[in-house]
Amino acid sequence: MTVTPIAPPGPDTIRRAYLALTRRRRLYSGLMLLVFALLMIAGFRTAESRNAGGFVEGLAHLPDFPAAILSEAWDKAENLPGHMRDALPALVETLNVAAVATLTGTLGGILLSLLATRGLAPLPALAGVFRRIADILRAVPEIVVALVLIFLLGAGPVPAAIAIGLHTAGAMGKLFAEVNENIDPKPVEGLASVGARWSQRMLLGVVPQVAPNYFSYALLRFEINVRASAILGFVGAGGIGYDLKNAMTFGQGKLDEAAGIFIVLFLTIVVLDQASSLVRHRLTQGRA
Amino acid sequence: MADIALQTAVLGDFRRKRLWAFAAPALVLVYLAYVFVAFDVPGLAQRARLDNAATLLGDAIRYKVHVTRDNRTDAVSVAIEGSRRMTLAADETPAWVHRDGTRTVIDLPQGHRVIYDGPVALYDLPGYGQIRITNTGTAIDLSLPGPVVPDFINASGTRVSVNTVAGRLTVTRARTETMRYFPGWELFFFDLHSPFHRMSWAEIAESLAWGPRLNPAQTNLSLMISNIWTNEIWRHGDVAWAMGETILMAFLGTFGAAMIALPLAFLAARNFTPARWLRFAVRRVLDFVRGVDALIFTIVLSRAFGPGPMTGALAILITDTGSFGKLFSEALENVDSKPIEGIRATGARPVQRYRFGVMPQVLPVILSQVLYLFESNTRSATIVGAIVGGGIGLLLTQAIQTTQDWEKVTYYIILIVLMVVALDAVSAKLRDRLIKGDGSGR
Repeated sequence: MTVTPIAPPGPDTIRRAYLALTRRRRLYSGLMLLVFALLMIAGFRTAESRNAGGFVEGLAHLPDFPAAILSEAWDKAENLPGHMRDALPALVETLNVAAVATLTGTLGGILLSLLATRGLAPLPALAGVFRRIADILRAVPEIVVALVLIFLLGAGPVPAAIAIGLHTAGAMGKLFAEVNENIDPKPVEGLASVGARWSQRMLLGVVPQVAPNYFSYALLRFEINVRASAILGFVGAGGIGYDLKNAMTFGQGKLDEAAGIFIVLFLTIVVLDQASSLVRHRLTQGRA
Repeated sequence: MADIALQTAVLGDFRRKRLWAFAAPALVLVYLAYVFVAFDVPGLAQRARLDNAATLLGDAIRYKVHVTRDNRTDAVSVAIEGSRRMTLAADETPAWVHRDGTRTVIDLPQGHRVIYDGPVALYDLPGYGQIRITNTGTAIDLSLPGPVVPDFINASGTRVSVNTVAGRLTVTRARTETMRYFPGWELFFFDLHSPFHRMSWAEIAESLAWGPRLNPAQTNLSLMISNIWTNEIWRHGDVAWAMGETILMAFLGTFGAAMIALPLAFLAARNFTPARWLRFAVRRVLDFVRGVDALIFTIVLSRAFGPGPMTGALAILITDTGSFGKLFSEALENVDSKPIEGIRATGARPVQRYRFGVMPQVLPVILSQVLYLFESNTRSATIVGAIVGGGIGLLLTQAIQTTQDWEKVTYYIILIVLMVVALDAVSAKLRDRLIKGDGSGR
């Protein structure tokens, strides 16, 4: 048997192989881009053909409604501060829905995540089950739960709060489970060695490590939940979304009221957005 | 001296921490108590409709078949859910309904039995006796085996209804109606027009494999598929289209937004746009877009474009442009400048610098964010669809608002959850590959 020594490939071979590889990757990338572009175009055309109005004529009408609102708000500018003040109780309700949902949802999510994290779960066999529960809670859109609960409990803020809270618990459970996997196990082991119960290990060993992270996600979630709560109001759960819908359905003559609500909603979201990103920035830049 | 100062500082710290440890839960409790009152939770207990819950749950897992006698014409008909579209033909009368001249005998489960005998309806209730309801033409007479009217019978001069575990009998002057419950969803695959609906599954399999053509124009398989697709009751074709519309809204909205947001993000990033005024202007535009809620865009757009998936896609597109702009510009501000300088040193033009210096660094981040939002947008698209009128969200709100078709509501909810879970799995898998970068991905 003879052994053929493997000759080291010359620079030419290497270059050829490299260029071939590059060409192939370019081809694949190009093809993927092409498929993507075709999907976008075909998708847009399908969407347009199934839409009541076309894109081009709709574009021409796009400014109509904002213009109608602005002109009516301008004509009755003196009413605007009054309308904004009138919208405040509804705004408080919307914020309350979001706050309760964030609070209960985050607490539920923390519990769910601790039960679902491998290594921390008191019942490791069920960790996967709790993970699935979180997945399903997260997958159900809020509107589904809200509409069913409105049928059962009557219109009001409670169905919206429950719906958003359930969704939040699922989303946070999943997110926190990922956070929990990256903790330092030493404090937990230390607590276990002195005979701490599961709840004590979690409360004293895990939560202090992850609290800044949890808090930062909860803030972000609060902002998301305010938007969700406004939207659910629009489909019948009360709050500022409901008032907005009423003002808009009435149409001409009440559009200044709609403008007032628009402004209040806009300002609220901008303030929340800025405040939460400021706090989160401080939290993530150390100094917890 | 320093020790004492340190001690006081540490003790002060401890005190503050202890105070917070008690104050924070107390504040939360106070807030929850306030909300408890503000949301009128005690009043909710009275407003809650438990009977609605029972209807909903019952309807979601079973259906009923009505056996109706029209008291003016004496005609007896059998219809699923009492719907005209689901009235069974005379030769399809189920085995538990026996007809014999003017007499109709309806067998209910657990030995219950209802007999229509001309204008008289009899309900044989084992363990109680025979309930006799006579339609005199002007009034409804009820005669019972016992002296008191039990609470499962609801009687007035014009209407008597008997409600038991086995079924329900209602007699009014116009009609006598018995309902029997069956588990499952009615006519889920084939409606009454389909030749397959009288067959059992074994017979269907047989007819697909070697049976004669039921319709000479097409094979049995294609006939079966088209029958399912055009099912009058469940409208599987329309539902499939609605699901497609919802996914389409999310797809167009998310990826369209990413395409618009990327150039804007370059303009908003400190290290790519030295001109302060331009950066400031772009950032304020993005802030504005994010501040105007998705709800407002959805309303304004649906006024201009009318209901449909394109309106929903545009609403998602505009909303996400704001959030993508912010996320992408943050990613761009965190890029490492060394590869860019290296490429500049080889004499690359700006476009080449971006293509080979910047994009490889930010693309995995950007794509994973886009995929993540795509998944969450399928959920938003359901809600947006409910507002603009398109997709599965519209079907769902319609089905809920009729408060009749809870089996359809259940069906749509299951479909939505499956859709979101499936897209979540796909996007998670793609993100995993992109972040790990096993060489095959870009």
